[in-house]
Amino acid sequence: MVQARKTEKAERSDGRKLNETRKMEAKVGIIKRADGSAMFRIGTTVALAAVYGPRELFPGFMQNPEKGILRCTYDMLSFSVTERKRPGPSRRSVEISLVTKNALESAINLDQFPNTVVDVYIMIVQADAGTRCAGITAASMALADAGIPMKDLVSAVSVGRINGKIAIDLDKHEEDYEGTTDIPCAFMSRNNEITLLQLDGDISAEELKQAVELGKEGCKEISEIQKKALKERYKEIKNE
Amino acid sequence: MNNLNLREYISSILANGHRIDGRKLEEYRNPIEIKTGISKNAEGSASARIGETEVIAGVKIGVGEPFADSPDEGVLMVGVELLPLSSPEFESGPPGEQATELARVVDRGIRESKMIDMKKLCIKKGELVWMIYLDIYTINDDGNLIDTCALAALAALKESVLPVLKDDKVVFGEFTKTKLPLTKTAVTCTLYKIDSYFLVDPSTKEEKACDARVSICMTENDNICAVQKGGSKGIKVEELDKVISIAKEKTKELRLILNSKVK
Repeated sequence: MVQARKTEKAERSDGRKLNETRKMEAKVGIIKRADGSAMFRIGTTVALAAVYGPRELFPGFMQNPEKGILRCTYDMLSFSVTERKRPGPSRRSVEISLVTKNALESAINLDQFPNTVVDVYIMIVQADAGTRCAGITAASMALADAGIPMKDLVSAVSVGRINGKIAIDLDKHEEDYEGTTDIPCAFMSRNNEITLLQLDGDISAEELKQAVELGKEGCKEISEIQKKALKERYKEIKNE
Repeated sequence: MNNLNLREYISSILANGHRIDGRKLEEYRNPIEIKTGISKNAEGSASARIGETEVIAGVKIGVGEPFADSPDEGVLMVGVELLPLSSPEFESGPPGEQATELARVVDRGIRESKMIDMKKLCIKKGELVWMIYLDIYTINDDGNLIDTCALAALAALKESVLPVLKDDKVVFGEFTKTKLPLTKTAVTCTLYKIDSYFLVDPSTKEEKACDARVSICMTENDNICAVQKGGSKGIKVEELDKVISIAKEKTKELRLILNSKVK
């Protein structure tokens, strides 16, 4: 056991075990103007999310008379990364916005809000890998804070393969390492449903299954942190 | 209460020297918070919070060719993004009028005060200079974004260090210990006019009720280095004295707070 831990230690630059995420912190209700908001920090990656709505959707032809629609916008502060990111959407941020929407949509129910839109805005303040996952995790808490009916919280984490070993929550240093495979995934922990799954790299089917299993376990842990942060927020309101 | 009634209410209690949240006319909200080191990937970054209004400013530094009319000076670029995350009234898309004015007012205060010694940012005359990108993002808008953005910008600049330069290229993510060459601290204070009253640091509700505003940027020796009159109504010539004397006092206060939080 001790031996195993030692070898695992040597494989990750910051001394974490393969199934160990970086230190996490969650806070709900950080943006007063928003209907719901949250911050999620994993290691030095920091994501903010705000939810506005359900509110009337313009232009009218975009409205759905049967249920409300969800819109997601993911972006990064220009100085959240080492090389300045030009403000405004990029191909990358548009795609991440889309997969974020898909990851969150199956958890929420907007049947009661026809013709409306729920807007989710995600901003990465400090980037050290795993930003889309941190964004989804924060957004899910913000949706709950806004009182949107939800089946479950969505929790997300990236899993990857470094030096032939499957590990959870890669940091930038690990992600940039030659031959690293990156697999961001999101789960609804209650029924083990995958709502986000992407992969870039090169791994076997067996390894992918192993990675998803590891992601699932990590997301259970994240889900607990999300619930705790939401309860904290509720406690504050009770005391006000 | 609709906006018209709110306007009437705000002006009626102003006559007795009161504001809707109980503050005095020339009183900023409390506390004013400034935090630095918001992004480790920035050359300098800070958040400023006045009441519930919060903004984040960050500096990225690169190298590039100087402008032809100032071959031995660095380049400063200031941008403001009114994030839809920070208010139900902001929309996605390229910067509109408000964001552009805000960025230019903050830019002017920094530029015209010459608080950054641009000559020291020259690496090779006419060929290579440091380029300072200062980007400001709103996180929560509860009024007085101008002063809050200007304050966050100053804190981020004061924090900033130059990146490592190798073969005339920036090594991304590696910083030196050399701070930006700053010579003074030019602080902006905005006065808002309702009827004949002037107040500072309005909340969103008060801001909507205002007739006009004047932003004044002042240096330590009380010189004025940037002014912007906003809003659709005018201010009287006789009122300018009062505006300047309030701004003088308030910029001193803000500078003290800034200097106590950021060395």
